[in-house]
Amino acid sequence: MINFWWIIGGVLFALLNTAAGLIWVERRMLALWQDRYGPNRAGPFGLLVVLADTIKLFFKEDWIPPFADKVVFVFAPGVVMLSVLMSFVVIPFAPGIIVADLNIGLLFFLAMSSLGVYSVVLGGWASNNKYALLGAMRGASQMISYEVFMGLALMGVVVLSGSFNLGEIVEAQRKVWFVIPQFIGFLIFLVAGVAETHRLPFDIPEAESELVAGFHSEYSGMKFGMFFIGEYLGVTLISGMLVTLYFGGWLGPAFLPPVLWFVIKTFAFIMLFILFRASMPRPRYDQLMEYGWKVLFPLSILNLMVTAAIKLWLNS
Amino acid sequence: MFSLVRSMWLIFLHMFHKRETFQYPEQKAPLPARWRGRIALTRDPDGGERCVGCYLCAAACPVDCISLQATEDEAGRRYPEFFRINFSRCIFCGFCEEACPTYAIQLLPDFEMAEYNRQNLVYEKKDLLINSEGKYPGYNYYNVAGIAIRGKDKGDAQQEEPPVDIKSLIP
Repeated sequence: MINFWWIIGGVLFALLNTAAGLIWVERRMLALWQDRYGPNRAGPFGLLVVLADTIKLFFKEDWIPPFADKVVFVFAPGVVMLSVLMSFVVIPFAPGIIVADLNIGLLFFLAMSSLGVYSVVLGGWASNNKYALLGAMRGASQMISYEVFMGLALMGVVVLSGSFNLGEIVEAQRKVWFVIPQFIGFLIFLVAGVAETHRLPFDIPEAESELVAGFHSEYSGMKFGMFFIGEYLGVTLISGMLVTLYFGGWLGPAFLPPVLWFVIKTFAFIMLFILFRASMPRPRYDQLMEYGWKVLFPLSILNLMVTAAIKLWLNS
Repeated sequence: MFSLVRSMWLIFLHMFHKRETFQYPEQKAPLPARWRGRIALTRDPDGGERCVGCYLCAAACPVDCISLQATEDEAGRRYPEFFRINFSRCIFCGFCEEACPTYAIQLLPDFEMAEYNRQNLVYEKKDLLINSEGKYPGYNYYNVAGIAIRGKDKGDAQQEEPPVDIKSLIP
């Protein structure tokens, strides 16, 4: 058993560096898919662009609008970081490498990712700006409604594995990854995950072509950086959850250590997220809600019922 | 739904396409021959200045970035005493080139003229004059114009007939 503090430190270090590194990864990948090179000047392969971006964010004027609600305005960007980082507490990176092995890990994850809504709502509200408020309202309704069938889609996994503990869910996938029996659930969770992190194509709370920058219109400097990093952490989180729940977590052929399998699979999903951004058009707001409540919601209930029925039938 | 997956696949395939980027400082983009870049004053085939100081370029310039003073040498050729272009105002519209009756002022395919000091963007005549005939090789204004200078009298220009003696009745 590795020392508890070492795990916390290691996870934090790895996550924050991943989130910062994703700035570079995303720009390079988007460029690759748009027949460009992307940042390739600063340092080897342009890697130092991360450093340059960070330094730029730190030295930007940290401006709080005079009309803003100051306390909430400062508080809001922290919420997104905190809630996403708290979600990582329950993710098993490898056997033994987990910060808190909760027996209700999945519920904890859902609860924490719901808390992320607060940063959008509070940030938009405290900005006291019409675009920010519009973005915040969109974000609130989008995230709350997609939360519903995100949870429902995950229940299929819980039914199959019989546990809320993420470690046990991974162990239950030794024979076959849940992506095969739970393919519909996987798709719903993927779509809901994109909506949950409000990434493109579901970046409706931000929607820079309509709402300036949505809920973070008024943010600058490192407060904006927190939203930014929070978004990348969210992408990493959803990718990690997809891997844990549907793609066998750390499981994989033995020639690589389990942690590495987890990292490889997670990065594959992060790439998928970036590919979504490179290729998908943003739906209209009503289309998003309609799609959620009229297609994904019934589908997730149907998926849950069919899964449960088959499970009962097999057990009897 | 299928079209979304298809477009994702097609965009994924762009990974293996050729890049469109020019890696600029090392790899330069090919500029067309008529690119309107740095302004230069060209010379005629004999090495003389083509500019005759007619002020048409300065008049045509929409941002008033050209200033010059015409004068005349002992041979009777007009030339600019000074010729100054303020490139921090120039918009590279090429109107001066179109207005020039002697093909003297020409825009060249070169845009790399950035400076740290704004004052350095004011080009004097010595910076503008180049040892080239530019886009019109072989053209010499005084050889086709009916103006008399030393060494070339009226009627000596190309395709020019000798002047008519208007005071004589003889046909």
